[in-house]
Amino acid sequence: MAKRNFQIYRGTKESGELAYYETDVSEGMVVLDVIHKIQAEQANDLALRWNCKAGKCGSCSVEINGKPKLSCMTRMNEYADDETITVTPMKTFPLIRDLVTDVSWNYEQNKKIKPVKLAKESKTAKGYVMYQKDVDRVQEFRKCIECYLCQNVCHVLRDHGQEENFVGPRFMIRVASLEMHPLDVEDRLPELKNEFGSGMCNITRCCTDVCPEHINITDNGIIPMKERVVDRFYDPVTIIGRKIFGPKKKKLPPIDLD
Amino acid sequence: MLDISEIRTVEHDVLVVGAGGAGLSAAIEASSHGLSTGIVMKSLLGKAHTVMAEGGMAAALANVDSRDHWKIHFRDTMRGGKFLNVWRMAELHSKLAPERVRLLEEWGAVFDRTKKGLINQRNFGGHRYPRLAHVGDRTGLEMIRTLQDHGIHQGIETYMECTALDLVKNEKGEVCGIVCMWRESGSFIIFKAKSIIFATGGGGKGWEVTSNSWEYTGDGYALAYEAGAELMDLEFNQFHPTGMIWPLSVKGILVTESVRGEGGILLNSEGTRFMFNYVPERFKDETADTEEEAARWLAGDPNARRPPELLTRDVVARAINEEVKAGRGSKHGGAYLNIATQRSAEDIKKKLPSMYHQFKVLAELDITKEPMEVGPTCHYFMGGIKVDANTTMSSVPGLFACGECAAGMHGANRLGGNSLSDLLVFGYLSGKNAAEYAAKKGSHDSLDEDQVRKIIRNATDILNRESGANPYLLHETLETNMQEHVGIIRSKENLEKGIDALEKMKADYQTVKAKGASQFNPGWHEALAMRNLLITAEAVARAALQREESRGAHTRSDFPGEQDEWLNYNIVSKKGADGNMSLSKTERLKPDPEMERIAKSTIEDLEKEIAQEQGKVGAE
Ligand code: SF4
Ligand code: SF4
Ligand code: FES
Repeated sequence: MAKRNFQIYRGTKESGELAYYETDVSEGMVVLDVIHKIQAEQANDLALRWNCKAGKCGSCSVEINGKPKLSCMTRMNEYADDETITVTPMKTFPLIRDLVTDVSWNYEQNKKIKPVKLAKESKTAKGYVMYQKDVDRVQEFRKCIECYLCQNVCHVLRDHGQEENFVGPRFMIRVASLEMHPLDVEDRLPELKNEFGSGMCNITRCCTDVCPEHINITDNGIIPMKERVVDRFYDPVTIIGRKIFGPKKKKLPPIDLD
Repeated sequence: MLDISEIRTVEHDVLVVGAGGAGLSAAIEASSHGLSTGIVMKSLLGKAHTVMAEGGMAAALANVDSRDHWKIHFRDTMRGGKFLNVWRMAELHSKLAPERVRLLEEWGAVFDRTKKGLINQRNFGGHRYPRLAHVGDRTGLEMIRTLQDHGIHQGIETYMECTALDLVKNEKGEVCGIVCMWRESGSFIIFKAKSIIFATGGGGKGWEVTSNSWEYTGDGYALAYEAGAELMDLEFNQFHPTGMIWPLSVKGILVTESVRGEGGILLNSEGTRFMFNYVPERFKDETADTEEEAARWLAGDPNARRPPELLTRDVVARAINEEVKAGRGSKHGGAYLNIATQRSAEDIKKKLPSMYHQFKVLAELDITKEPMEVGPTCHYFMGGIKVDANTTMSSVPGLFACGECAAGMHGANRLGGNSLSDLLVFGYLSGKNAAEYAAKKGSHDSLDEDQVRKIIRNATDILNRESGANPYLLHETLETNMQEHVGIIRSKENLEKGIDALEKMKADYQTVKAKGASQFNPGWHEALAMRNLLITAEAVARAALQREESRGAHTRSDFPGEQDEWLNYNIVSKKGADGNMSLSKTERLKPDPEMERIAKSTIEDLEKEIAQEQGKVGAE
């Protein structure tokens, strides 16, 4: 057991301040454990979100000493023994109270994305046919736990308030996971370029740095999507090709079930 | 007097409570009938407990082993449930699971693939063949995200961070509404609905060591109970054999059964692979008896029998418990689970990425190099709201239940992987039947204002009291009590002590007090949940006292072994006329003879029969 100092933001959008707490911390504790302890012993009405306590649900996102993190996966021994730990809510989203923010904007972005549409030709009596190598990349994006830490850190949203014009990294990879799905035959590139604002991202990679699932958001997701937009809308060769041959068809994986 | 007309009232044909795999499946199905559908959830959309399920969903797709068939899945399920499952539910589940899993793929789920490009399936405890469709060890996330992303385009209204308080009934005793509370603002919202589906999960938060999150406070059981519904089989709550035990702050967090499915072995402090000493008679013929045979099985030899680590969860949990009691426990009082010696580091990272990550971060341990330390953790309720097997309607008209909060499908013990498939199958059936029921009903009933007022008063009294019991402390007392007296091994003496303590806590609860205002007040939420946890805990303890035998997840040290006589009964609890919990020993429905024959066939006969049906005979 060791005494540790904490500062936690208490209050609402209108008024609030960092409150100081001193509490005992034992071996193996993560920041979320300590916040819970403070809540149970000193601040019964401290508001925070959490569910799984194991980095699987993406509920417990906060900023710890200014860094966006999952509080359930941040060990106390990452910090020096005498360091005061400051926990504040995610800055990009409107504050509700204490550590809880209004993330509903994210849910609105998701609704704008056209759902998956699989090629009927690939359907067999045993289900759809696609191979592991075709889905590896898509599965990487589907690891996303919707913690919104990447949304929180992206300067386009955080500093420039462009939430009307850019869906943010989380939904860029959601689009990528559909566009790169080996059997998906929907077309989302026009809205990706326009409403979703793929051009707004200037590849700073801050989103990738904070992703607790280690998804390579920028290099594997956003950049290939930007390239597809460029190919489609700005490359004269493909534009002419499309006029003559019609839209490019996806090459579906072969079926060989015997 | 409280003016009800000032509270927002919303109408839906079908209202679903709970947005995990079952609730979302139900809402999607109900809205596909063209009905106005709403879904209320305590957390944000996509955060429900389903997200934590790791291993996979069981369905006899036969993609990996072509010998698999719904009949074998059904037989495995009945045997795993010690034949106490509601026969018809286990039948529907094994028959419908494959098509529901394939539908999930149609809706965008991206499962791991076989070489042929089909949904891959893995081995799991109690399943004869590789049967669990999976995505690494994050299958639950895949399920919930798929249902969420599909669901948002179906015109379903979502109500997030909204807690259900109690049901409202009409003068005929049918459910016609529910009063809820917004967690954020503390204000109330009233729903009128023609049918209501509970998909509220379990109640593991009553135990000290649990894999369950704060949401698991038995809300569905308690609300249904208060509305007069019957609960069944509550004595069967599953302790998952492998929860983390160290460091203390993560105690209880789940270590997926896939670790054993992928070959992980259990060792005691002496380095003995002790599961070989705990093979029950019923499973002797189908379990390897040497390490050499178990190794051949892992290497893919179709003639080798399964390693004993893959016995059903009740057996493994008790075995670990025994080893610890005998002084052969691991450093922190559990068992060692080792995958490092069984698989390459690369394989482990590929097949069990989130376990690798979880131990690395939370325990600073590299599972590709060192063994994990694990012990039993309260995980799942087999029992719950008693429902009709075909319609999933409870004993209160208009109230349906599916998923973990419904009883019957899993009998005395659930097989791993049968939960996610249960959510898909029974979520769908609930959605369908609740929609049909609502469509027949015509117009909404007007809600009885006295009932609504009483529900709201019960909630606000907790804030308005001058002083009283602290809800956090009350919760702690409950957890210690359940862990100690209503744990993995039970006895009359302990259960009676547990029940006495519960009676005292119920009295304390009458004066529970939350400090602060109604806005996002966790202390108040905790106090509201405590009522539900206490009802749940009492139902478990009283049922456990009544069932004088050991079966599946329910173990009585004073009544060892299964008693044939008890196989004929379920224990049903209900709120009595005097307001106290009343229990009855209720005779079970007779099985369909054909189903009984299948479940009781030898595996050889059943496989022969299936091969014949499929015209494969002679092909061997
Ligand atoms: S790489 Fe793009 S999306 Fe990511 S943080 Fe930078 S600007 Fe935002
Ligand atoms: S991409 Fe990563 S950081 Fe962004 S929401 Fe998903 S898990 Fe969180
Ligand atoms: S509580 Fe689920 S990710 Fe932290």
